[in-house]
Amino acid sequence: MPKSQRKTRLLSLAVLLTTLAACTDTAWNNPYPAEQTGENIYYSSFDERPKHLDPARSYSENEWAFISQIYEPPLQYHFLKRPYQLIPQSAVALPEVVAVDAQGTPLPAGADPQTAAFTDYIITVRPDLRYQPHPAFAHNAQGGWRYWPLDDATLSSVNTLNDFPERDTRLATPADFVYQIKRLAFGPNHSPIAGLMAEHIVGFRDFAKASGAAYRELKRETGEADPWLDLRQIDMAGVKVLDGHRYRIRIRGRYPQFIYWLAMNFFAPMPWEADRFYGQPGLAERNITLDWYPVGTGPYYLSENNPNLRMVLARNPHYHREHYPTEGMPGDREAGMLDDAGKTLPFIDRAVYSLEKEAIPRWNKFLQGYYDASGIASDSFDQAIQFGSGGEAGLTPAMRERGIKLNTAVETSIFYTGFNMADPVVGGYTEKARALRRAIAIAVDIEEYISVFTNDRAQAAQGPLPPGIYGYLDGAQGYNPYVYALTDGRPRRRGIAEAKALLAKAGYPNGRDPKTGAPLVLHYDTASAGPGSKAALDWYRKQFAKLGIELVIRATDYNRFQEKMLKGTAQIYTWGWNADYPDPENFLFLLYGPNGKVAYRGENASNYSNPAFDKLFPRMKNLPNGPERLAVIQRMVEIARRDGPWIWGFNPKAFSLHHAWYHNAKPHLMANNTLKYKRVDPQLRAEKRREWNHPVIWPVAVIALVLLISVAPAWIAFRRREREAAR
Amino acid sequence: MGKPVFLLTDILIFVLVGLTLLFAWYAHRHEHLRAPWRRVVQSRTALGALVVLGFYVVVGLLDSVHYQPRIDTRANGDAIYSGEVRSLFDWIAGPLRANQEKTYSAPFAVHLYAKENIEQPDGSVVRDYPRLDHAGAHLANPDDRWADVAQHAERGLAWGLLVWAVGVLLLAAVRARLRRTALAESVGTLLRGRTHYPWHVALWTLLVMCLLIGLIATVGSHYHILGTDKVGEDVLYQALKSVRTGLMIGTLTTMVMLPAAILLGLMAGYFKGWVDDVIQYIYTTLNAIPGVLLIAAAILMLHIYLSNNADEFTSVTERADLRLLFLCLILGITSWTGLCRLLRGETFKLRELEYVQAAHSMGVRHFNTLLRHILPNVLHIVLITVVIDFSGLVLAEAVLSYINIGVDPSMDSWGNMINGARLELAREPVVWWSLAAAFVFMFTLVLAANLFADVVRDAFDPRLRNSR
Amino acid sequence: MSAYVLRRLLYAIPILLGVNLLTFVLFFVVNSPDDMARMHLGGKRVTDAAIEQWKVDHGYALPLLFNAQAEGGDKLTETILYQKSLKLFQFQFGQSDSGRDIGYDISQRMWPSLAIAIPTLLVGLLVNITFALLLAFFRATYLDFWGVVICVTMMSISGLFYIIGGQYLVGKLLNLVPISGYDTGWASLKFLVLPVIVGVIGGIGAGTRWYRTLFLEEINKDYVRTARAKGLAEQWVLFGHVFKNALIPILTGVVVVLPLLFTGSLLTESFFGIPGLGSYTIDAINRQDFAIVRAMVFLGAVLYILGLILTDISYTLVDPRVRLE
Repeated sequence: MPKSQRKTRLLSLAVLLTTLAACTDTAWNNPYPAEQTGENIYYSSFDERPKHLDPARSYSENEWAFISQIYEPPLQYHFLKRPYQLIPQSAVALPEVVAVDAQGTPLPAGADPQTAAFTDYIITVRPDLRYQPHPAFAHNAQGGWRYWPLDDATLSSVNTLNDFPERDTRLATPADFVYQIKRLAFGPNHSPIAGLMAEHIVGFRDFAKASGAAYRELKRETGEADPWLDLRQIDMAGVKVLDGHRYRIRIRGRYPQFIYWLAMNFFAPMPWEADRFYGQPGLAERNITLDWYPVGTGPYYLSENNPNLRMVLARNPHYHREHYPTEGMPGDREAGMLDDAGKTLPFIDRAVYSLEKEAIPRWNKFLQGYYDASGIASDSFDQAIQFGSGGEAGLTPAMRERGIKLNTAVETSIFYTGFNMADPVVGGYTEKARALRRAIAIAVDIEEYISVFTNDRAQAAQGPLPPGIYGYLDGAQGYNPYVYALTDGRPRRRGIAEAKALLAKAGYPNGRDPKTGAPLVLHYDTASAGPGSKAALDWYRKQFAKLGIELVIRATDYNRFQEKMLKGTAQIYTWGWNADYPDPENFLFLLYGPNGKVAYRGENASNYSNPAFDKLFPRMKNLPNGPERLAVIQRMVEIARRDGPWIWGFNPKAFSLHHAWYHNAKPHLMANNTLKYKRVDPQLRAEKRREWNHPVIWPVAVIALVLLISVAPAWIAFRRREREAAR
Repeated sequence: MGKPVFLLTDILIFVLVGLTLLFAWYAHRHEHLRAPWRRVVQSRTALGALVVLGFYVVVGLLDSVHYQPRIDTRANGDAIYSGEVRSLFDWIAGPLRANQEKTYSAPFAVHLYAKENIEQPDGSVVRDYPRLDHAGAHLANPDDRWADVAQHAERGLAWGLLVWAVGVLLLAAVRARLRRTALAESVGTLLRGRTHYPWHVALWTLLVMCLLIGLIATVGSHYHILGTDKVGEDVLYQALKSVRTGLMIGTLTTMVMLPAAILLGLMAGYFKGWVDDVIQYIYTTLNAIPGVLLIAAAILMLHIYLSNNADEFTSVTERADLRLLFLCLILGITSWTGLCRLLRGETFKLRELEYVQAAHSMGVRHFNTLLRHILPNVLHIVLITVVIDFSGLVLAEAVLSYINIGVDPSMDSWGNMINGARLELAREPVVWWSLAAAFVFMFTLVLAANLFADVVRDAFDPRLRNSR
Repeated sequence: MSAYVLRRLLYAIPILLGVNLLTFVLFFVVNSPDDMARMHLGGKRVTDAAIEQWKVDHGYALPLLFNAQAEGGDKLTETILYQKSLKLFQFQFGQSDSGRDIGYDISQRMWPSLAIAIPTLLVGLLVNITFALLLAFFRATYLDFWGVVICVTMMSISGLFYIIGGQYLVGKLLNLVPISGYDTGWASLKFLVLPVIVGVIGGIGAGTRWYRTLFLEEINKDYVRTARAKGLAEQWVLFGHVFKNALIPILTGVVVVLPLLFTGSLLTESFFGIPGLGSYTIDAINRQDFAIVRAMVFLGAVLYILGLILTDISYTLVDPRVRLE
């Protein structure tokens, strides 16, 4: 009995393997259909299904990876130039910025810009801007709308957007840009920047009220749960179509950083037809919403939307003419970044993003050539990277042999450990409190953290500003003198003895509370409770123990952590900030008093509030980059360093790998719309994949053989047993 | 030495130990219970497994005696205690705990596992493997390390052997006195296994244990026998600390689930009718909710409780301990239903048997029927389930850690070790020692428990007994 | 029998009510509607007004269990519990809090889960029962002893290792199948081989051991000895009597896991990148998407109850001694 069963199993396995081999002429382990081999496709992965693809709502990096290829806001960042520079995208040129007085008349030339009541941004839209093919634009033979209103028969047969076969396009107009800004204000869209924009854009708040009222009215009239409200019927005072090509946004006073928002997807054009199409009853129940099926003017459109499996972007046939930049930074030409200069974009026909939740399979598939580019997880770091004698990062021979290339860049983000300034022990602005924070800042050896936990892929932060942001100073010029001291011209962390002296000055000699004699107990609040966090939490305790301070970890879930931060009951915590735009304002506002988390629900999680700092902040915000602004920034940074509301933490470095067939991989930390610049060489890729993925069959044969052999003694024993039993 | 601290799980585990001893005393007094246990102890496998289990239990119990060390004395003579909670085991394993390195180092290594920029006295920077702070720090030349390790090992083995030999001699002397034989002869019969009980298996197992402990004691204080983890903590120490966590999860959970599962399972199968309906309702409702949700909810509720009562739980250990207890409770609540169902199904079958029907018709009280006729016939199912659950629970902890709802991250546990190591598996060269240590320790425990339980089952199952 | 089934179906209603209430309580004890709103709106620049708006739009602005401000019957109906539970009992799962149609998502994700779970269960049963019969046949020999030791060894290995080891060996070193991923239709076959093999191997230890126990249990019963005394060959004793009588506990065990088949395996699906239901619930818990959690728990409960009824029916089919009244 067992023998025959095993035989059948072996047989079926063999059959299975041969069938598998027969149906592909490429490698057996190719996760993609064989017919895709050699096609001009970019392969990548995503690890979490995107929540929102609506440009008014989406505010996270992993969603922007998709929709930035689809939607085109007026501006974009130059692909090659550093520091980051804004250039037009769906606009013809950078906006014309006009300071106007309360009556709306432009200020005379030479007038002090500080006196402006409003600032106008006048944007001219590209004349050749066309939307991707979409059913919302389709007309029927009579000239009416093909899919509006939908009849029940059509409705019952659809499951995805691809079930609407007829598509059309149209030119994008300034009215579409205005329509999108109104969508930002419209409550049910839950735009994350609605609160911020209401502060700046004229009429934004009134529009939100008016549209909300109209929406409620409409709901009552139609009885529908979610009817479509035509936002074109309601005006927003500050946003206006000027003529067939231009529109104007009027903001209160001055807000020079506003221009950076114009490079974000929030301000991309949105056709009202699409909004109306998706607003039809019955579609939302079928997941056919604007939040899932974008309609953009960009180089790609979303051709397959299956967040459980894969997302596919395909080339937009109506994409306007755009060319690869012809100038870059020194060194770009040598690195091959300008090989495609002046060529028409985009290069890649399709981009396939597969769902990959775990790092280990993702990394292995990258090594097999099934992903074109990859980050480096901490665990595979040593496999990929080795440091040269001078400490510079390079690839290991195994990686170089495969033709893999490495890119590094310091990210414009900061991870910091903050003190709650409202806390009676670690907070406050007395000399004693400062000494305590400074002692801790010295004792917490960020350099060691970087080397243990990030494989040296970070640099210790010296203040709130990361490299690449205006106002950041390098080396001996920009070090934090309270934690570091200059020796041999290089900043070095001050010694633990100095930290202990500071601690004594703070009133805790040897880390003991003089009143009770017991060690000082501090609390570290964190939302990380995963297995990976044990090491990090142990490390923090070790750092505080150097001073004799006992650190109690209060690990909790994310909700409770948020709640603590909002109530201000946390004591020491770790947080991070990733730049929205490359301006120091985007980092210094994290320490601006009126941005306090507890009092104002802002992003200043330490609730830091220093009147001198707060006074300088508006000035810094409104100054153009230049010596004057630099001086103000330096003064603000100095104030913050002296108070020490944060242990300044570190600025991570992004390491990314890509295969030899993947070109134009210059890292860009601000832009997400870079897919159009990328180029792959499918022939080389197909060759390499074949070379790297020869199936190895002999172990299977060996296992089969071993199984067969092991059957023999069992059979003999079985027969013997049988005879015994029979006797 | 310090101020004793009684954690909740400590109290429970000692209550459990007390109950076990009470049961042992009771079993000793009753022949029908004593006989099967005697058969258990006569089995070589069981005795070997018992010694191994005993080692785990001793480590676990030593690790369950907690105190706050005294760090200073105030002017008026009052002691000042550290806020940190330590255990007796920590005290014994002092050097293992204290010798922390910076990050990974391989077993017996004297250098770190990763290269670092080392500044030379002349100011130049070299990228190389730095020496460890503790392991092999006494060596002038790192090349001497194996000779040094061997030297320490010899000493450790010698100590182990000595302790064992003294133990054997003591035992032999007692036996010689009792049986009135010569001491040498008594030693010979003991070690060759010519005794009624297979003492020799226990003694040889004990020898292995003694030698291992000797090795750890001598080599372990100068080297990291199983290497160090990401923050430089000794992996051997972690693995040993995890013993307590593993035992707690395995035993406390069972303690919670057993009474309810047996009582309700038997009642449901026996009485049928509305009793069955109510019990089924309870466990179906509980079972129909995914265990993950219940566990996640329990852990999150604990978070809420802890953040509302932050002042009552001042040390990391107390917080972690409460979480462990909660986990045991909720695992118990989610896992009793399986056994309950099995018992109900089996009782269904048993109550249709003639003798049960007969007892019923003769007017034997239900409770007695359940206790005398049904319970003994389902006991083996209980035992097997408990043992499979024991290892299953220890393993489940690893999976729970994977989705962040396991034991506290600050607590040493095999699950946490495995999960931490999982992240390092793709590292090349691979960091294998955390994984290997957790695996070996966990495996030994589970194997010993299973072998032991097999013997117990054979001994307690009346039908199997007759057939052998 | 049909009366019995009908009664059990009626019993399902209070169970589902209980499950629904318990899920509701468990979820909202740990996540307040404010927490949910904050989670869904994202971490950056969230205002209190936005949170209020979100709650109103998603129906979480009402009191949880009891509305003191409402009139009469509305005190109970104008609550989150009532509003959110009503449609569930009509099997209308509605939309998730992030706006996806749950029914459609479930119908899409259940197939990959089943495609792995059913072969794993069937092959696993076959392999485990074969091994267990073998061990029972060679009981009390060294083959049996080492068989149990191997089982215990395999049981002591965490499922994570089987997955990682399998991927490393078969996918990476041997390049036989894709490491992870999934496709539709027959193309999914090559993605399924590895997870199924890993699943079967991972289950051998516990499974074989359990079935061996059941067989040994039967093997020592009187009727088996009678059969043997009649001169029946050992393999026929094993198959004809022992196997058949051990079917009850086997069936109980199998039917209990049936609903789990549908909900998939979290670990396998995460590592192999299979878009099944395994991670659907846990992801929803992490994202605090109450709509999904409640729908999945409800669905799981329904399937579970079905499984129970099937078990009881199967009892009567294999063992005529068991009567259902």
